Amino acid sequence: MDVTLLSRLQFAAATYFHFLFVPLTLGLSILLAIMESAYIRTKNEEYKEMTQFWGRIFLLNFVVGVATGITLEFQFGTNWSRYSRYVGDIFGPLLAIESTVAFFLESTFIGVWALGWKRLSPRLHAASIWLVAIASNVSAIWILIANAWMQDPVGYVMKGGHPVLSDFGAVVFHGYAGLTILHTLAASYVTTGFFVMGVAAYHIAHKRFLSIFIKSFRIGLSMALIFALFVVIEGHMHGANLAHIQPAKLASLEVNWVTQPDAPIFLIALPDESGAKNSVEIGRIPGALSLLAFHSPSASVTGLRDIPKEDRPPVLVTYVAFRLMVGFGGVLLVVAIGAWFRRNRIESSPLLLKALLYAIPLPYVVSLLGWTVAEVGRQPWIVYGLMRTTRAVSPVASSQVAISLTGFVVVYALIGIIAFWLMAQAVRKGPGAADQHYAS
Amino acid sequence: MLESIWFLLWGILWAVYFMLGGFDLGVGILSPFVGKSEAEKRTLLGSIGPFWDGNEVWLITAGGVTFAAFPAAYATLFSAFYTPLMLVLFGLIIRAVSIEFRNRRETSSWRGLADAGVLVGSFLPSVLFGVAFANIFKGIPIDGDGVFQGNLLTLLNPYGLAGGLFFLALFLVHGALWITHRSTGVTRERSRSVARILWLPLTLLAVIFLFLTALYTRLWDNYTARPILLVIPILAVAALLSMRYLMAKALWGRALLSSFAVILFSVLFGVVGLYPYLLPSTLDNAYSLSVRNAASSPPTLAIMLVVALIFVPVVIIYQAWVYRLFLKEGSSS
Repeated sequence: MDVTLLSRLQFAAATYFHFLFVPLTLGLSILLAIMESAYIRTKNEEYKEMTQFWGRIFLLNFVVGVATGITLEFQFGTNWSRYSRYVGDIFGPLLAIESTVAFFLESTFIGVWALGWKRLSPRLHAASIWLVAIASNVSAIWILIANAWMQDPVGYVMKGGHPVLSDFGAVVFHGYAGLTILHTLAASYVTTGFFVMGVAAYHIAHKRFLSIFIKSFRIGLSMALIFALFVVIEGHMHGANLAHIQPAKLASLEVNWVTQPDAPIFLIALPDESGAKNSVEIGRIPGALSLLAFHSPSASVTGLRDIPKEDRPPVLVTYVAFRLMVGFGGVLLVVAIGAWFRRNRIESSPLLLKALLYAIPLPYVVSLLGWTVAEVGRQPWIVYGLMRTTRAVSPVASSQVAISLTGFVVVYALIGIIAFWLMAQAVRKGPGAADQHYAS
Repeated sequence: MLESIWFLLWGILWAVYFMLGGFDLGVGILSPFVGKSEAEKRTLLGSIGPFWDGNEVWLITAGGVTFAAFPAAYATLFSAFYTPLMLVLFGLIIRAVSIEFRNRRETSSWRGLADAGVLVGSFLPSVLFGVAFANIFKGIPIDGDGVFQGNLLTLLNPYGLAGGLFFLALFLVHGALWITHRSTGVTRERSRSVARILWLPLTLLAVIFLFLTALYTRLWDNYTARPILLVIPILAVAALLSMRYLMAKALWGRALLSSFAVILFSVLFGVVGLYPYLLPSTLDNAYSLSVRNAASSPPTLAIMLVVALIFVPVVIIYQAWVYRLFLKEGSSS
């Protein structure tokens, strides 16, 4: 296999794995902060137990997220050195600012929070988890600004054959960045909401720690439902924005081959990439794509045939990932709405409780599908319209990358299994168990 | 001008990481040897518990600043050091999860596994950062396109290996002094003797490294051109000697401070000697990456400087607060 493919596989493996731990870091930190603030306000010990229970799970999740995040920053240099050299003037500072402004705060105060229960006043202790919550979300925002620049490069001039920063404001306050930030944060909160509901459902079904988990369930439900509704509306804006900045991605999402007004959406289609057409088209909704993209059924939408073959993304993967993301996302919304209507009778809804437990993995799958849409859909570009992925890879031997890729797969699989197992153990133990982890 | 400021900040960031990460890496390697019982091991790992994660961000920031301020150097350096860097990354990942997962189960086999993870995960970065920096000082075969024309064995030259051993010894002594400062009873006694015993090998390695530096690198050129700079290596040597004196006087807290100083001035010695290069080419000096041909544009450097001037002091303030919080008396158990 060639170095580009191996490096892409390695980055994909490392990023997907990393992102399994990002949503809880972003969402659960906020919920922990809310729970602990509730403890301070009400002096109700139950909120403290609740905070500590979710905190144990959070810390397991957090450490894997942090540990696997470092490799991503370093991989730009090890595996994508031509890319790094090319975009360093703009992309590099975003990463450097992220660690200076946010990551320091997050990593310093997580230790304070985890080990400082007896050392800090309750207010300062709660403040430290608020800092972790704010810093992790700010950290994500900077990373997403960097990613947005790869999707839609702005604020640069070409100098000496590579983009040089000309307008930092344009890079930071950037339409696509705004959309992708809202989308990713909201999706992470949905994931967190479902995680909390699912774990709570497990204990509620077994009639254990009812008071704590019914409270937890409601907090999770609010988060999941609010942001599931939000992400649907925002996702639509995100998609419509593609019509302006990445027409090739939009055309792939909806397997639209011909530039046409009244562009349709198909309920089911099977793209034939070499024939530049769909071999199967079922359930044609005329004008729907034009309507979604430009809010006018007569608007003309660029089709893939008008995009040079070498500039088209892998259509099938992009299309399938998008459809599954939307489909599963819809399922999540329905489940969240269903849970809302039974929120006061949740103990007596065994089927819903079971469904919520088994729904835990689904938002994770949806998130990874979303990243597939964003990243595979951007191909063959690493920086849209500026640099091709094949030209971005490091001049290293493919054997080196093959070995490190194997290493990543083995190490991450082991860590993933152990982390899952420890989290499951912490979940089963429930709150209040001898809390030696917090003994500092 | 901006390039040179960033060069200095770049060196300082790495130095800070090695000062802070150095003791937690050292403790990670020493803990299975200094701590015999489970309670002792817990004390040792507990002594770095609240700090190691925050310390590691200095590494991430140093990496990020290399990328942002000197993209061409970042690109060549990180791809040329592919295999050692991957080993560093795997080490750090395994170490992080081992520390966090260790106390989640009570069985001794589980803890043994976690201890092994901490040991290997601390050992690999300690040695490999030394190998990497020695090779940076020496230069590596890079061509006009910034492509590394060597392999792993190119990096494992005598000077690189001496650098690796020197770093390892530095972090071991640093870690031993940290444990001595932070613990009581038998672990304190053991780590004290470790520090005493390892001081001589450390000093020998420092002498060998300095000698090889004259042989393999051009670091001394800057010092002969501007003798005032010699104050840096002199301070490093003075700190090393005073460390021995303070250990003999049983002033362990101050010995630890001198160990911080040894690391700081050793790294600065290398960085200042390296200037203006970030990565010399052994093929042709014209291919060397320096502040002149590897730096980002002035607007980028200026924006980053503003961010750094505002936020780095803030980071230092809250990290100092955290250190004080957890270093208060009666806190180590």
